[in-house]
Amino acid sequence: MKTFNYHSAKDVKEASKLASSNSAFLAGGMTTIPSMKLGLASYKDIIDIKRIKKLSGIKVSGKTVTIGATTKHSEVASSKDIKKAIPSLAALAEGIGDPQVRNRGTIGGSIANNDPAADYPSACIALNATIHTNNRSIDAEKFFRGMFETCLKSTEVIEAIEFSIPEKSSYQKLPNPASRYAIIGVYVAKHKTGINVGVTGAKSCVYNDKDLAGALTKNFSSSAIDGVKISSSEMNSDIHASSDYRANMVKAFAKKAVDAC
Amino acid sequence: MKKIEIEVNGKKVSKEIQDHTTLSGLLRDILNLTGTHIGCDTSQCGACVVHVDGKSIKSCTALAADLDGSKVTTIEGLASNGKLHPMQEAFKKMHGLQCGFCTPGMVMSAVDLLKNKKNPSDQEIRDWLEGNICRCTGYHNIVAAVKEAASKM
Repeated sequence: MKTFNYHSAKDVKEASKLASSNSAFLAGGMTTIPSMKLGLASYKDIIDIKRIKKLSGIKVSGKTVTIGATTKHSEVASSKDIKKAIPSLAALAEGIGDPQVRNRGTIGGSIANNDPAADYPSACIALNATIHTNNRSIDAEKFFRGMFETCLKSTEVIEAIEFSIPEKSSYQKLPNPASRYAIIGVYVAKHKTGINVGVTGAKSCVYNDKDLAGALTKNFSSSAIDGVKISSSEMNSDIHASSDYRANMVKAFAKKAVDAC
Repeated sequence: MKKIEIEVNGKKVSKEIQDHTTLSGLLRDILNLTGTHIGCDTSQCGACVVHVDGKSIKSCTALAADLDGSKVTTIEGLASNGKLHPMQEAFKKMHGLQCGFCTPGMVMSAVDLLKNKKNPSDQEIRDWLEGNICRCTGYHNIVAAVKEAASKM
Protein backbone atom coordinates (compact mmCIF):
# COMPACT_ATOMS: atom_id res chain seq x y z
CA MET A 1 0.00 0.00 0.00
CA LYS A 2 1.34 3.43 -0.98
CA THR A 3 1.77 5.69 1.99
CA PHE A 4 -0.44 8.65 2.80
CA ASN A 5 -0.92 11.21 5.53
CA TYR A 6 -3.34 9.95 8.16
CA HIS A 7 -5.50 12.52 9.92
CA SER A 8 -8.07 11.89 12.62
CA ALA A 9 -10.63 14.69 12.40
CA LYS A 10 -12.20 15.91 15.63
CA ASP A 11 -15.29 17.34 13.99
CA VAL A 12 -17.00 17.53 10.59
CA LYS A 13 -15.71 21.05 9.95
CA GLU A 14 -12.11 19.92 10.35
CA ALA A 15 -12.71 16.81 8.19
CA SER A 16 -14.17 18.92 5.41
CA LYS A 17 -11.35 21.46 5.64
CA LEU A 18 -8.68 18.75 5.32
CA ALA A 19 -10.36 17.22 2.26
CA SER A 20 -9.19 17.77 -1.31
CA SER A 21 -9.50 16.08 -4.69
CA ASN A 22 -6.64 13.81 -3.56
CA SER A 23 -8.08 12.63 -0.26
CA ALA A 24 -10.59 10.12 1.07
CA PHE A 25 -12.66 10.03 4.19
CA LEU A 26 -12.11 6.87 6.22
CA ALA A 27 -14.88 5.28 8.25
CA GLY A 28 -14.76 1.45 8.47
CA GLY A 29 -12.21 1.22 5.67
CA MET A 30 -13.67 -2.08 4.47
CA THR A 31 -13.43 -0.99 0.83
CA THR A 32 -10.99 1.91 0.97
CA ILE A 33 -8.13 -0.04 2.54
CA PRO A 34 -8.32 -3.14 0.29
CA SER A 35 -8.67 -0.81 -2.74
CA MET A 36 -5.47 0.99 -1.76
CA LYS A 37 -3.67 -2.31 -1.18
CA LEU A 38 -4.70 -3.59 -4.60
CA GLY A 39 -3.49 -0.37 -6.23
CA LEU A 40 -7.00 0.54 -7.38
CA ALA A 41 -6.90 3.77 -5.40
CA SER A 42 -4.29 6.00 -3.81
CA TYR A 43 -4.64 9.20 -1.83
CA LYS A 44 -2.39 11.89 -0.42
CA ASP A 45 -4.54 12.26 2.66
CA ILE A 46 -6.75 9.82 4.55
CA ILE A 47 -9.16 11.63 6.85
CA ASP A 48 -10.52 9.40 9.58
CA ILE A 49 -14.00 10.47 10.68
CA LYS A 50 -14.65 7.61 13.12
CA ARG A 51 -13.90 9.65 16.21
CA ILE A 52 -16.50 12.29 15.43
CA LYS A 53 -19.16 11.27 17.94
CA LYS A 54 -22.14 12.97 16.35
CA LEU A 55 -21.75 10.88 13.17
CA SER A 56 -22.68 7.66 14.94
CA GLY A 57 -25.99 6.49 16.38
CA ILE A 58 -29.55 5.45 15.64
CA LYS A 59 -32.69 7.54 16.14
CA VAL A 60 -36.22 6.29 15.54
CA SER A 61 -39.09 8.76 15.44
CA GLY A 62 -42.73 8.13 14.47
CA LYS A 63 -42.15 8.18 10.74
CA THR A 64 -38.43 7.84 10.19
CA VAL A 65 -35.29 5.96 11.18
CA THR A 66 -32.13 8.07 11.12
CA ILE A 67 -28.75 6.34 11.14
CA GLY A 68 -25.48 8.21 11.64
CA ALA A 69 -22.95 7.80 8.83
CA THR A 70 -20.32 5.94 10.88
CA THR A 71 -22.81 3.55 12.49
CA LYS A 72 -21.56 0.02 11.94
CA HIS A 73 -23.50 -2.73 10.16
CA SER A 74 -23.45 -4.83 13.36
CA GLU A 75 -25.10 -1.97 15.26
CA VAL A 76 -27.88 -1.67 12.67
CA ALA A 77 -28.32 -5.46 12.58
CA SER A 78 -28.71 -5.74 16.36
CA SER A 79 -30.69 -2.54 17.01
CA LYS A 80 -33.98 -3.38 18.75
CA ASP A 81 -35.43 -0.05 17.57
CA ILE A 82 -34.64 -0.76 13.92
CA LYS A 83 -35.84 -4.37 14.18
CA LYS A 84 -39.17 -3.00 15.39
CA ALA A 85 -39.51 -0.06 12.98
CA ILE A 86 -38.02 -1.54 9.75
CA PRO A 87 -37.11 -5.21 10.32
CA SER A 88 -36.02 -5.62 6.69
CA LEU A 89 -33.30 -2.97 7.21
CA ALA A 90 -31.82 -4.79 10.22
CA ALA A 91 -31.93 -8.04 8.22
CA LEU A 92 -30.12 -6.37 5.30
CA ALA A 93 -27.33 -5.23 7.64
CA GLU A 94 -27.04 -8.76 9.06
CA GLY A 95 -26.45 -10.10 5.56
CA ILE A 96 -23.51 -7.85 4.65
CA GLY A 97 -20.09 -9.52 4.31
CA ASP A 98 -19.14 -11.42 7.46
CA PRO A 99 -19.14 -10.67 11.22
CA GLN A 100 -15.74 -8.96 11.17
CA VAL A 101 -16.72 -6.76 8.24
CA ARG A 102 -19.98 -5.90 10.03
CA ASN A 103 -17.98 -4.94 13.13
CA ARG A 104 -16.08 -2.29 11.13
CA GLY A 105 -18.02 -1.38 7.99
CA THR A 106 -20.37 1.61 8.10
CA ILE A 107 -23.57 2.66 6.35
CA GLY A 108 -22.10 6.01 5.25
CA GLY A 109 -19.08 4.28 3.75
CA SER A 110 -21.27 1.85 1.89
CA ILE A 111 -23.44 4.47 0.21
CA ALA A 112 -20.56 6.90 -0.47
CA ASN A 113 -18.75 4.10 -2.31
CA ASN A 114 -21.92 3.16 -4.26
CA ASP A 115 -20.68 -0.25 -5.29
CA PRO A 116 -23.13 -1.55 -7.92
CA ALA A 117 -23.52 -4.74 -5.83
CA ALA A 118 -23.75 -3.16 -2.36
CA ASP A 119 -26.87 -3.75 -0.25
CA TYR A 120 -27.56 -0.38 1.41
CA PRO A 121 -28.14 1.66 -1.79
CA SER A 122 -31.23 -0.48 -2.51
CA ALA A 123 -32.55 0.34 0.98
CA CYS A 124 -32.03 4.06 0.35
CA ILE A 125 -34.08 3.82 -2.87
CA ALA A 126 -36.82 1.61 -1.44
CA LEU A 127 -37.19 3.52 1.83
CA ASN A 128 -37.25 7.05 0.29
CA ALA A 129 -34.04 7.93 2.11
CA THR A 130 -32.73 11.43 2.55
CA ILE A 131 -28.94 11.68 2.77
CA HIS A 132 -27.91 14.50 5.09
CA THR A 133 -24.46 15.97 4.54
CA ASN A 134 -22.67 18.91 6.12
CA ASN A 135 -24.02 21.09 3.27
CA ARG A 136 -27.42 19.80 2.21
CA SER A 137 -30.05 17.08 2.23
CA ILE A 138 -30.22 14.88 -0.87
CA ASP A 139 -32.96 12.50 -2.05
CA ALA A 140 -31.63 8.98 -2.61
CA GLU A 141 -32.92 8.97 -6.20
CA LYS A 142 -30.61 11.92 -6.96
CA PHE A 143 -27.71 10.77 -4.76
CA PHE A 144 -26.67 7.64 -6.70
CA ARG A 145 -25.31 8.75 -10.08
CA GLY A 146 -23.60 5.72 -11.63
CA MET A 147 -21.03 3.01 -11.03
CA PHE A 148 -19.11 3.99 -7.86
CA GLU A 149 -20.38 7.53 -8.41
CA THR A 150 -22.53 9.77 -6.22
CA CYS A 151 -23.32 13.47 -6.29
CA LEU A 152 -21.06 14.10 -3.25
CA LYS A 153 -18.40 16.79 -3.58
CA SER A 154 -14.89 15.95 -2.37
CA THR A 155 -15.22 18.09 0.77
CA GLU A 156 -18.75 16.91 1.54
CA VAL A 157 -19.24 14.60 4.54
CA ILE A 158 -22.30 12.35 4.92
CA GLU A 159 -23.65 12.92 8.42
CA ALA A 160 -26.75 10.71 8.53
CA ILE A 161 -29.20 8.75 6.43
CA GLU A 162 -32.90 9.18 7.16
CA PHE A 163 -35.24 6.36 6.06
CA SER A 164 -39.05 6.54 5.87
CA ILE A 165 -40.72 3.75 7.82
CA PRO A 166 -42.84 1.78 5.30
CA GLU A 167 -46.11 -0.06 5.92
CA LYS A 168 -44.33 -3.26 4.91
CA SER A 169 -41.07 -4.18 3.27
CA SER A 170 -38.61 -6.95 2.52
CA TYR A 171 -35.10 -7.22 1.09
CA GLN A 172 -34.18 -10.45 -0.65
CA LYS A 173 -30.84 -11.15 -2.24
CA LEU A 174 -28.94 -13.76 -4.13
CA PRO A 175 -25.55 -13.38 -2.46
CA ASN A 176 -22.23 -14.15 -4.05
CA PRO A 177 -21.26 -17.16 -1.94
CA ALA A 178 -17.74 -15.84 -1.30
CA SER A 179 -18.17 -12.11 -0.74
CA ARG A 180 -21.89 -11.91 0.15
CA TYR A 181 -22.19 -8.97 -2.22
CA ALA A 182 -25.51 -9.07 -4.07
CA ILE A 183 -25.49 -10.85 -7.43
CA ILE A 184 -29.06 -9.58 -7.29
CA GLY A 185 -30.77 -7.79 -4.41
CA VAL A 186 -34.37 -6.57 -4.50
CA TYR A 187 -35.82 -4.31 -1.82
CA VAL A 188 -39.62 -3.96 -1.99
CA ALA A 189 -41.24 -1.32 0.24
CA LYS A 190 -44.90 -0.31 0.41
CA HIS A 191 -45.43 3.21 1.69
CA LYS A 192 -48.69 5.12 2.09
CA THR A 193 -47.43 7.34 -0.72
CA GLY A 194 -46.45 4.55 -3.12
CA ILE A 195 -44.36 1.45 -3.78
CA ASN A 196 -40.62 1.32 -4.47
CA VAL A 197 -38.58 -1.59 -5.77
CA GLY A 198 -34.89 -0.89 -5.22
CA VAL A 199 -32.70 -3.21 -7.27
CA THR A 200 -28.96 -3.68 -6.69
CA GLY A 201 -26.38 -5.94 -8.33
CA ALA A 202 -28.25 -5.96 -11.62
CA LYS A 203 -26.98 -2.87 -13.47
CA SER A 204 -24.06 -0.46 -13.20
CA CYS A 205 -25.98 1.45 -10.51
CA VAL A 206 -28.84 0.81 -8.12
CA TYR A 207 -32.27 1.79 -9.53
CA ASN A 208 -35.96 1.92 -8.72
CA ASP A 209 -37.75 -0.54 -11.01
CA LYS A 210 -40.80 1.46 -12.08
CA ASP A 211 -42.35 -1.45 -14.04
CA LEU A 212 -42.33 -3.73 -11.01
CA ALA A 213 -43.51 -0.90 -8.75
CA GLY A 214 -46.33 -0.12 -11.21
CA ALA A 215 -47.54 -3.74 -11.31
CA LEU A 216 -47.43 -3.94 -7.51
CA THR A 217 -49.35 -0.67 -7.17
CA LYS A 218 -52.25 -2.25 -9.07
CA ASN A 219 -52.07 -5.51 -7.17
CA PHE A 220 -49.64 -6.05 -4.29
CA SER A 221 -49.02 -9.76 -4.77
CA SER A 222 -46.22 -11.84 -6.26
CA SER A 223 -48.52 -13.02 -9.06
CA ALA A 224 -48.72 -9.39 -10.27
CA ILE A 225 -45.02 -9.65 -11.15
CA ASP A 226 -45.53 -12.62 -13.50
CA GLY A 227 -46.65 -10.41 -16.37
CA VAL A 228 -43.80 -7.86 -16.06
CA LYS A 229 -41.08 -8.09 -18.69
CA ILE A 230 -37.58 -7.36 -17.39
CA SER A 231 -35.13 -6.39 -20.12
CA SER A 232 -31.59 -7.76 -19.81
CA SER A 233 -30.06 -5.18 -22.17
CA GLU A 234 -28.51 -2.99 -19.45
CA MET A 235 -27.82 -5.81 -16.97
CA ASN A 236 -24.35 -6.75 -15.80
CA SER A 237 -22.79 -9.91 -17.15
CA ASP A 238 -19.82 -11.56 -15.44
CA ILE A 239 -18.42 -14.93 -14.35
CA HIS A 240 -21.08 -15.17 -11.64
CA ALA A 241 -24.19 -14.51 -13.71
CA SER A 242 -25.12 -13.60 -17.30
CA SER A 243 -27.37 -10.62 -18.03
CA ASP A 244 -30.30 -12.90 -18.95
CA TYR A 245 -29.91 -14.82 -15.69
CA ARG A 246 -29.80 -11.56 -13.72
CA ALA A 247 -32.98 -10.30 -15.43
CA ASN A 248 -34.71 -13.52 -14.48
CA MET A 249 -33.42 -13.33 -10.90
CA VAL A 250 -34.67 -9.74 -10.49
CA LYS A 251 -38.15 -11.08 -11.13
CA ALA A 252 -37.70 -14.16 -8.95
CA PHE A 253 -36.34 -12.15 -6.02
CA ALA A 254 -38.94 -9.42 -6.40
CA LYS A 255 -41.60 -12.14 -6.02
CA LYS A 256 -39.78 -13.55 -3.02
CA ALA A 257 -39.63 -10.09 -1.45
CA VAL A 258 -43.35 -9.45 -1.98
CA ASP A 259 -44.22 -12.83 -0.46
CA ALA A 260 -42.02 -12.03 2.56
CA CYS A 261 -43.62 -8.60 3.13
CA MET B 1 4.98 8.87 11.35
CA LYS B 2 2.48 8.64 14.15
CA LYS B 3 2.96 7.75 17.77
CA ILE B 4 0.38 5.36 19.16
CA GLU B 5 -0.27 3.75 22.51
CA ILE B 6 -2.24 0.54 22.55
CA GLU B 7 -2.61 -2.43 24.86
CA VAL B 8 -1.72 -5.78 23.32
CA ASN B 9 -2.54 -8.93 25.29
CA GLY B 10 -2.62 -6.93 28.51
CA LYS B 11 0.69 -5.12 27.95
CA LYS B 12 0.91 -1.41 27.17
CA VAL B 13 2.78 -0.72 23.96
CA SER B 14 3.98 2.66 22.72
CA LYS B 15 5.37 2.81 19.16
CA GLU B 16 6.21 5.18 16.34
CA ILE B 17 4.57 3.82 13.22
CA GLN B 18 4.12 4.86 9.61
CA ASP B 19 0.72 6.30 8.72
CA HIS B 20 -0.13 3.34 6.48
CA THR B 21 0.92 0.60 8.92
CA THR B 22 -1.91 -1.89 9.36
CA LEU B 23 -2.68 -3.58 12.66
CA SER B 24 -1.50 -6.92 11.22
CA GLY B 25 1.77 -5.24 10.18
CA LEU B 26 2.25 -3.74 13.63
CA LEU B 27 1.60 -7.08 15.33
CA ARG B 28 3.79 -9.21 13.09
CA ASP B 29 6.62 -6.95 11.92
CA ILE B 30 7.04 -4.59 14.85
CA LEU B 31 5.85 -6.58 17.88
CA ASN B 32 6.94 -10.00 16.51
CA LEU B 33 3.56 -11.51 17.32
CA THR B 34 3.50 -13.79 14.28
CA GLY B 35 0.59 -15.92 15.48
CA THR B 36 -1.70 -13.56 13.58
CA HIS B 37 -1.43 -14.71 9.97
CA ILE B 38 -1.81 -12.74 6.75
CA GLY B 39 -3.49 -14.68 3.96
CA CYS B 40 -5.31 -12.61 1.36
CA ASP B 41 -4.36 -9.24 2.93
CA THR B 42 -7.67 -7.78 1.69
CA SER B 43 -10.10 -8.84 4.47
CA GLN B 44 -11.60 -11.89 2.81
CA CYS B 45 -9.81 -14.92 4.28
CA GLY B 46 -9.95 -14.18 8.02
CA ALA B 47 -6.50 -15.58 8.94
CA CYS B 48 -5.69 -12.22 10.57
CA VAL B 49 -8.70 -11.97 12.91
CA VAL B 50 -7.92 -10.45 16.33
CA HIS B 51 -10.06 -8.78 18.96
CA VAL B 52 -10.10 -4.99 19.30
CA ASP B 53 -11.95 -3.66 22.34
CA GLY B 54 -13.65 -7.04 22.68
CA LYS B 55 -14.85 -7.43 19.08
CA SER B 56 -13.38 -9.56 16.32
CA ILE B 57 -12.01 -7.66 13.34
CA LYS B 58 -9.69 -8.34 10.43
CA SER B 59 -6.37 -6.82 11.41
CA CYS B 60 -5.09 -6.55 7.82
CA THR B 61 -7.80 -3.98 7.11
CA ALA B 62 -7.43 -1.72 10.13
CA LEU B 63 -4.89 1.08 10.30
CA ALA B 64 -2.79 0.97 13.45
CA ALA B 65 -2.90 4.79 13.62
CA ASP B 66 -6.65 4.64 13.91
CA LEU B 67 -6.53 2.22 16.88
CA ASP B 68 -4.66 4.56 19.23
CA GLY B 69 -5.93 3.83 22.75
CA SER B 70 -7.47 0.42 21.88
CA LYS B 71 -7.12 -2.93 23.60
CA VAL B 72 -6.03 -5.72 21.29
CA THR B 73 -6.08 -9.46 21.97
CA THR B 74 -4.26 -11.82 19.60
CA ILE B 75 -4.02 -15.61 19.51
CA GLU B 76 -0.92 -15.30 21.75
CA GLY B 77 -3.09 -13.66 24.42
CA LEU B 78 -5.62 -16.48 24.78
CA ALA B 79 -3.67 -19.01 26.85
CA SER B 80 -3.14 -18.10 30.49
CA ASN B 81 -0.50 -19.44 32.88
CA GLY B 82 0.66 -21.96 30.30
CA LYS B 83 -2.85 -23.40 29.98
CA LEU B 84 -4.55 -23.39 26.60
CA HIS B 85 -7.85 -21.54 26.18
CA PRO B 86 -10.81 -24.00 25.98
CA MET B 87 -11.22 -23.09 22.30
CA GLN B 88 -7.59 -24.00 21.60
CA GLU B 89 -8.01 -27.27 23.57
CA ALA B 90 -11.14 -28.08 21.56
CA PHE B 91 -9.39 -27.46 18.20
CA LYS B 92 -6.64 -29.85 19.36
CA LYS B 93 -9.04 -32.51 20.62
CA MET B 94 -11.40 -32.44 17.63
CA HIS B 95 -8.64 -32.15 14.98
CA GLY B 96 -9.97 -28.71 14.00
CA LEU B 97 -6.80 -27.94 12.04
CA GLN B 98 -4.85 -29.47 9.21
CA CYS B 99 -2.12 -27.15 7.88
CA GLY B 100 -2.94 -24.66 10.64
CA PHE B 101 -2.67 -21.48 8.56
CA CYS B 102 -6.27 -20.37 9.11
CA THR B 103 -6.38 -21.58 12.72
CA PRO B 104 -5.47 -18.37 14.60
CA GLY B 105 -8.25 -16.50 12.79
CA MET B 106 -10.73 -19.35 13.19
CA VAL B 107 -10.04 -19.55 16.94
CA MET B 108 -10.30 -15.79 17.48
CA SER B 109 -13.54 -15.61 15.46
CA ALA B 110 -15.01 -18.59 17.32
CA VAL B 111 -14.15 -17.11 20.73
CA ASP B 112 -16.05 -13.95 19.73
CA LEU B 113 -19.03 -16.08 18.64
CA LEU B 114 -19.27 -17.79 22.03
CA LYS B 115 -19.16 -14.39 23.75
CA ASN B 116 -22.37 -13.49 21.92
CA LYS B 117 -24.00 -16.92 21.81
CA LYS B 118 -23.34 -19.56 24.45
CA ASN B 119 -24.64 -22.66 22.62
CA PRO B 120 -24.67 -21.99 18.88
CA SER B 121 -26.17 -24.48 16.44
CA ASP B 122 -24.11 -25.95 13.59
CA GLN B 123 -25.74 -23.48 11.21
CA GLU B 124 -25.02 -20.51 13.48
CA ILE B 125 -21.37 -21.57 13.72
CA ARG B 126 -21.10 -21.91 9.95
CA ASP B 127 -22.80 -18.54 9.42
CA TRP B 128 -20.48 -16.85 11.92
CA LEU B 129 -17.36 -18.35 10.35
CA GLU B 130 -18.31 -17.22 6.84
CA GLY B 131 -15.44 -14.73 6.87
CA ASN B 132 -12.85 -17.39 7.74
CA ILE B 133 -11.62 -19.54 4.90
CA CYS B 134 -9.87 -22.91 5.39
CA ARG B 135 -8.12 -23.96 2.19
CA CYS B 136 -7.70 -27.50 3.54
CA THR B 137 -11.52 -27.44 3.67
CA GLY B 138 -11.46 -28.80 7.21
CA TYR B 139 -14.71 -27.09 8.14
CA HIS B 140 -16.45 -30.15 9.54
CA ASN B 141 -13.98 -30.61 12.38
CA ILE B 142 -13.72 -26.86 12.94
CA VAL B 143 -17.47 -26.74 13.58
CA ALA B 144 -17.15 -29.80 15.85
CA ALA B 145 -14.35 -28.04 17.76
CA VAL B 146 -16.45 -24.90 18.31
CA LYS B 147 -19.31 -27.07 19.61
CA GLU B 148 -16.93 -28.92 21.92
CA ALA B 149 -15.58 -25.60 23.25
CA ALA B 150 -19.14 -24.32 23.77
CA SER B 151 -19.89 -27.33 25.97
CA LYS B 152 -16.80 -26.60 28.10
CA MET B 153 -17.02 -22.81 28.40
